[in-house]
Amino acid sequence: MSNVQIMTGNQAAAIGVKLSNVQVISAYPITPQTSLTEAISQFVEGGELKAEYIRVESEHSVLAVCISASAVGARVFTSTSSHGLLYMHEQLHWAAGSRLPIVMCCVNRGVGAPWSIFNDQQDSVAQRDTGWIQIYCRNNQEIIDTLIQAYRIAEAVYVPVMVCYDGFVLSHTMMPVEVPDADLVKDFLPPYKPHMILSPEDPRNINPVIFPWRRQDPEGVLRDGYMELRYKLQKATEGARDIIVATNRAYTEVFGRDHGGMLWTYRADDAEVILTAMGSLASEATVAADMLREREIKAGVVGIRVFRPFPKEEVREVFGNRCAIFVFEKDISYGYEGALCSDLKAAFYGTGSRAPIHNYIVGLGGRDVKARELAEATLSSLEAIASGTTEPETTWLNCDTYLPGSEVRGQGLGDRRQEEKCRINYSRSIKKNICCRGTGPARGVASP
Amino acid sequence: MQEVIWHGRGGQGVVVAAQILAESAYLQGFKGVTSAPTFGPERRGAPLTASTRIANEPIRMFSQIERADIAVVLDASLLEVVDILASLKEGGLIIINTQLKADEVEIGGCYGIAAVDAVAIALKHRLIKEGAPIVNTPLLGAFARAGDLVSLEYIEKGLRWKLSGGAATANILALNAAFEETTIKNKS
Repeated sequence: MSNVQIMTGNQAAAIGVKLSNVQVISAYPITPQTSLTEAISQFVEGGELKAEYIRVESEHSVLAVCISASAVGARVFTSTSSHGLLYMHEQLHWAAGSRLPIVMCCVNRGVGAPWSIFNDQQDSVAQRDTGWIQIYCRNNQEIIDTLIQAYRIAEAVYVPVMVCYDGFVLSHTMMPVEVPDADLVKDFLPPYKPHMILSPEDPRNINPVIFPWRRQDPEGVLRDGYMELRYKLQKATEGARDIIVATNRAYTEVFGRDHGGMLWTYRADDAEVILTAMGSLASEATVAADMLREREIKAGVVGIRVFRPFPKEEVREVFGNRCAIFVFEKDISYGYEGALCSDLKAAFYGTGSRAPIHNYIVGLGGRDVKARELAEATLSSLEAIASGTTEPETTWLNCDTYLPGSEVRGQGLGDRRQEEKCRINYSRSIKKNICCRGTGPARGVASP
Repeated sequence: MQEVIWHGRGGQGVVVAAQILAESAYLQGFKGVTSAPTFGPERRGAPLTASTRIANEPIRMFSQIERADIAVVLDASLLEVVDILASLKEGGLIIINTQLKADEVEIGGCYGIAAVDAVAIALKHRLIKEGAPIVNTPLLGAFARAGDLVSLEYIEKGLRWKLSGGAATANILALNAAFEETTIKNKS
């Protein structure tokens, strides 16, 4: 029986935690915390969720509590945002290095300075290399479903999972969400059975100082050194790909909702132009694709659901031999470009793909990103490609890029006329040009 | 897709009204509904907005509304403070809490106008919270009458979904009274 409720992303996440029968929740309750942990505290207080709720004085301690509780065999949860996540940074490495299946929500928000409480994805993208699996949700239904999947993934590969969703844009927007049946969730996600439990009856030393070389333990068994342990974490995270895909498939069979495994596509089959993004921005891009299709531009969307492990094979397969690829992202790797764009380009290396890739930095610190703007940016890029510019600088969308002392005004607020021109000039002939110029002769087509 | 923007002041129930409308629309059979507050901090008495999107298919767009089909104004004094018409489509509908009748409201431009004295209706039905009349429910009644989108029957259901017992009864009486008393002037 369907049980649809209209709820915010934070409510959806809280119900996902409840359905996952989490045993220990730790949280720092003040800014930048969200109503998610408030809702969970009500479940615990009201007896709906039989769990220990541990409030502590900082996010650093929060994750220390989660690590300890997970080490003694509990299914644990926490959530945070922006500076809370940054403050956890050290413990993120400890959680992953300890191979503990902790699940947390990152309600994506910008980071200071200057101070911001608004949405972007700089917080979680900046934690890319901590050894956590990262999954980005495009709507509130996906949040509740992904949380349940996250525990099954984490407990299968012993790698922690960060479920990321956009602050305010999803966390505070209400929409219909089908709440999965609790008994079905229980079958899908049985109680956590740890491979090892730290207990006074079986005392062990976990994570002692480790030397660069491999060493014998007191029983004379040769044990892993630091590099072997790091290699195993890398292999487990890479290998999580199959588990993520299989978990999504199993979830689809039981609950009838398919969120795409590593990535999802929209109108991409015959698309010549691909817009790609993570989270709610990718959902917004699907509307932009519709707008572009109305103008006879064959546009489609690839939504990157899992950022780590990076869906290299899927990306190679799905992007194939397109005419142009536009990457929209709410983060910036200072001194280079958007992190997603770099990773995508790296995945294409060696495939022979010569499709121009344009990178757009959008929505930092909560600046609204509209489907119309994504469509206009696409038109503007197509125009640039048609006129021979195949690798422009990263564009900051909707940003006044005037720098004092410089006479150059870039894209964005300062350059309305340029946008107008692009809107008018797009035509079939330009499109033809792009396809010829962009991909070249059909040699070295992207391998499937 | 129909986009509704709610203008009010912090504490007037703007966000809750946007939610109830979304829930009512869903109950009526619209598969796509969203409601969102203004993102960011909120202050009592300060102008703020909330939004509701209603569509036949699930909604994939979460950016802020640029130009709404319908604007609901919970506090007529905002017309002098906020450029409400700037966020309303040409030919759109504006629903205002005012003592004036719809054809007495002067806003210029080409808009449909609906007017209801939400304060009087709230006071009459003792919908008072922290000393202030609860005007969001009467405006939902005016919305049912003038909006031609979500019916009175389903807004009643939406209210019952949200409220219980005595609160539901008083709110539904006020909702119906507002539905009856709303005056409408079609766009000229």
